[in-house]
Amino acid sequence: MAPLLSVHDLRVRLGDAQVVNGLSYEIDAGETVAIVGESGSGKTMSALAMLGLIPRPPAVVSGEVHFDGAELVSATPAHLRAVRGAGMAIVFQDPMTSLNPVLTIGRQLTEGMEVHLGLSGRAARERAVELLEMVGIPDPRHRLDEYPHRLSGGMRQRVMIAIGLAAHPRVLIADEATTALDVTIQAQIIELLGRLQQELDMALIWITHDLGVVAGIADRVLVMYAGRVVEHGTVDAVFDAPQHPYTRGLLRSIPVLGQHADALPSIPGTPPDPENLPPGCPFWPRCEVRADDRCRGEVPPLREVAAGHLVATFEKERV
Amino acid sequence: MIGYIVRRTLQAIVVLFGVSIVVFAIVHLVPGDPIRLALGTRFNQQAYDALRRRSGLDKPLVPQYFYWLGHALTGDLGVSFRTGQPVTQLIGQRIGATVSLAGAALVVALVIAVPLGLLSALRPRTSLDYGATVISQTGISIPEFWLAILLILVVGAKLDWLPSAGYVPPDQSVSGWLEHLILPGIAAGVSSGSILTRFIRASALEALGRDYTLTARSKGLRERTIIVRHVIRNALVPVVTVTGVQLAYLLSGVVVVEVVFAWPGLGMLALQSVQSRDYPVLQGAVLLFAAFFLIVNLAVDLLYARLDPRIGYASR
Amino acid sequence: MSATVAPTSTPLPARQRGETLRLLVRNRIAVVALAVLVAFIVVAVFGKALAPYGYNSVDVADRLQGPSVHHWFGTDELGRDVFSRVLLGAAVSLKVGAVAVGISLVVGVPCGLIAGFYGGVLDDVIMRVMDVLFAFPAILMAIAVLAILGPGSTNAMVAIGIVYIPIFARVTRAAVLPVREEVYVRAARASGASDLRLMRRHLLPNVLGPIIVQTSISFAFAILSEAALSFIGLGTQPPHPSWGLMLSDGTDFINQAWWMVVFPGAAIFVVVLAFNILGDALRDTLDPRQRSLIRNARGA
Repeated sequence: MAPLLSVHDLRVRLGDAQVVNGLSYEIDAGETVAIVGESGSGKTMSALAMLGLIPRPPAVVSGEVHFDGAELVSATPAHLRAVRGAGMAIVFQDPMTSLNPVLTIGRQLTEGMEVHLGLSGRAARERAVELLEMVGIPDPRHRLDEYPHRLSGGMRQRVMIAIGLAAHPRVLIADEATTALDVTIQAQIIELLGRLQQELDMALIWITHDLGVVAGIADRVLVMYAGRVVEHGTVDAVFDAPQHPYTRGLLRSIPVLGQHADALPSIPGTPPDPENLPPGCPFWPRCEVRADDRCRGEVPPLREVAAGHLVATFEKERV
Repeated sequence: MIGYIVRRTLQAIVVLFGVSIVVFAIVHLVPGDPIRLALGTRFNQQAYDALRRRSGLDKPLVPQYFYWLGHALTGDLGVSFRTGQPVTQLIGQRIGATVSLAGAALVVALVIAVPLGLLSALRPRTSLDYGATVISQTGISIPEFWLAILLILVVGAKLDWLPSAGYVPPDQSVSGWLEHLILPGIAAGVSSGSILTRFIRASALEALGRDYTLTARSKGLRERTIIVRHVIRNALVPVVTVTGVQLAYLLSGVVVVEVVFAWPGLGMLALQSVQSRDYPVLQGAVLLFAAFFLIVNLAVDLLYARLDPRIGYASR
Repeated sequence: MSATVAPTSTPLPARQRGETLRLLVRNRIAVVALAVLVAFIVVAVFGKALAPYGYNSVDVADRLQGPSVHHWFGTDELGRDVFSRVLLGAAVSLKVGAVAVGISLVVGVPCGLIAGFYGGVLDDVIMRVMDVLFAFPAILMAIAVLAILGPGSTNAMVAIGIVYIPIFARVTRAAVLPVREEVYVRAARASGASDLRLMRRHLLPNVLGPIIVQTSISFAFAILSEAALSFIGLGTQPPHPSWGLMLSDGTDFINQAWWMVVFPGAAIFVVVLAFNILGDALRDTLDPRQRSLIRNARGA
C-alpha cells in the first residue's frame, strides 16, 4: 500500500537561490519524521512548498509530492485548498504573530471547520471547545471569545495546535512549534503532540533545528544542509552512529545534563548563501573530515550505508 | 481600557486649554486698538464703549481671559465688531455648509482611495500599482483651488453639467444640495483621497505580509475570505484613524475651496472676518475649528482602541 | 536568514531584478524631478534676465490676448505678459518656501532635539506646546497669524513657518528617541563632553535623514500654502507676481482667458509635484523603514 505522503526530489528555487535542492522521503500514518537543520537549510520552505504556500511565480517548484493518491506540485489551486488543513496542516513557529490579533480564538478555530467539515454555528463552537480540551486548555468555553493577546505563549501555541487539528488532518507538520517557548512548556507541547498523534493516528512531521528535541519524539530523522538531505535514517541509527560530519557536529553540541562544559562545541562557520552555492559538497568549508579529493568539486550523492540509513558523503566509513 | 480613555481625554482637555489661550491672544496681539480698527470710519464713542464692555476688553488681562472663556463654554462667543450680531449665531448659519462640504470631500476621498489602495496592494508592482502611485502623487501635488477652477472651467462653464457656485441647504432641496456639492466635493476630496490611497496600500501590504495571513492560507480558506476577514480587518484599524484625521483636516482646510465656489461656510466667514478686522468672529471660528479638530482626533483614537483589542491593555 | 521566511512577502527574485529595476526607474523619475527643481531655482534667481517683459508692464491695448508668438502664455486683464509673470512668480515661491521652511527648521529641530534628548518634564512641556500648535489646521493658523500681522508675502513666510514648526519638532524627536540610549552610554564614558557637543556629534547624523525628507515635503506644502494664501488675498499683494495671486486674478476672467488660470496653476503643480517626488525618492534612500504612516497622512 502506498505511503500516506511521499516526497520525491522536491526542489524550490527563488530567483538565484536554490532553497530546496532535492528532498525525498516518505511517511505513513502513525509515524513521526523529524527534519533537522539550521536556519536556511530549506526545511520550512519544503513544507510550505508541499502545500503550495509559496507563490509561484516567482518561486519555481519541481519534483513530486504524492499525498492521498494525488500529486500536489502540479495540483490546481482548488485541490490545494482542499488539502490544506484537512489533509495536511501546519503548526507555525511564532504563535504571537501567527494568530490574527483582531479575531477571537473561537473564530480562528471554526474557520477551517466551516470550509472543510461544513460545520457552522453551534456545532462548530462545540467542536472548537472539544479541540481546546484536547490540547489541554482550561475553561475552554470562555476562551472561545477571547483574543490571542490575552493568552500566555504556551497557551497560544496550544491554540495553534488546536487550529491545526480542526479539520482532521492526516498529516500534521510542526514547524519549529516549540522554539519560541521556554523549556518546561516545550516538554509539555512535545508530550501533547505525541499523545495526539497516537490518538488520532496522524503522521507527524517535526521540523526543528534542535536535535535534543528529536530524540524523544521521532521515529526517523532527516538532516538537511543547504537545501539537501545529508543524512536520513532511524533515530536510533543516526544518533548511535552518525555518518555525516555535520550530523556529528550537531550531536556534539547538544548539552548533556550533568556534564560540565566550559563551552559547548559548535560547528564553526555559517551555512552557505543559497544564491552562491559552492560546486561541491556544501558542507566542505566547515567540514573537519574532508575525507576525499572529490568533496570540493562534486556533490556527494545520497547512498545507503546500512538498512534504511542513507548518507551523502564521500567519507568512506561503514557501520 | 478605562484608564486609556481617561488619559486620552484629559490630554485633549489640556491641549484645548492651550488652544483657548492662543485664540484669546489673537485679539491682544493685534497692533493698535482692535475695536477702533474694526469700526474704522463708522466710529462713534457709544458703539465703541458698548462693544468694549460686551467683549470684556475693559477688564485687565487675566480676568478677561476667564470672562471670555466662561462665556465661550456657555455658548456665548461674543458679538461681531462689525454687525453686533452674536458670533454663535453667525457661526450657526454657516456650519451646515462647511460640514456638508467636508462630508462630501470625505466621500470622494474614500471612493477614490479604497478601491485604488486595496487593488494596488493586491497587485503590487504591476502597472496598476504604478498607475495608482502616479495618480496619488498627482493628487497630492495639485493645488485644490486650481483643481476647483479647472473643474468649474471645464465641467461648469464649457460643459455646463453641474452648477459651479453657491450652496443649497438640504432642507430646501435635496437634489440641489447634492448637485451643488459635487464639484466642490471633488476639488476638496482629491487631495485627501490621494493621501488615503497611499496609506491604504501600505496598510494592506503590511497585513498581507503578516504571519497570520500565512496561517489563514494554510487552513485552506479561499483567497477572498482571507482578504476580507484577515487582511482588511487588520488593515482597517490604522486606516480608520487616518480617515478621521483627514476629516478633521477637511473640516477646516476647505477655506480655499469655499472661496472658489462662493460657498457660504465657516471658512469664508473666517476669511471675511480677517478682512473686516472682525476679531470676535475670527476668534470664534478659529476656536471652533481647533475644537473640532481635537474632538475628531480624540474620537478617532478612542475608536481605534475599540477596534483593536490590543490597545488599552498595559502590555508595555 | 530566519527559518520562517514569510513567503507571502517580497521573496528574493523580485528584490533582485524587479526591485532594482524599480529603484532605477524611480530614480529616473527622481532625476527628472531634480532637474525640474534645478530649473525652478534657476528661473527664480535669474528671472529678471529671462523674462521678456517686466512683471508689471501694463499694456491695456493688448489685454486678454491668447497665447501667441509674442506672448507665449497670453496676456492678462491689464495686458501684462503672463509668461514673464509666471517666471518672476517663481522667485516669490522660492523665497517664501525657503524662508518658511527655514523658520520651521530653526525653531522645530532644536525643540525636537531637546525634547527627545532630555525627556522628562522638558519633553512633556515642549510636546504639549507643539500639540497646541498642531491643533490648529494649517491654513487657519496662517490666516490667524496674518490677521495679526497684516497681509503681505513677508508675513506669509512667518505665518507658514510657524505652522510647520511642530512637524519638524516631532520628526526630530522621533529620530532622536531610539538613539538616545546609545548617546547616554557614550556620555557616561566621555564624561567631559558638553551636551551640545554630544548632540551635534552623535545625534545630528542620525536625525539628518528624516529631516531632509521632511524638508523636501514641507517645501512643497509651503509653496502650496503661499499660493493659497495669496489666492485668498492674504499673501503676496498685487501687483507683485505670485502664482496664487495670478490665479485669483484669473478667476474673474475664467471664461474669456483660460490661459490666465491654466499656466500659473500648472507652474505650482509642477514644482510641488517635483518636490513631492524628490521627497519620496529621498525617503526611499535615506529612511527605508518608513513607519510613520500617520505622519504621511497628515500630509505636512
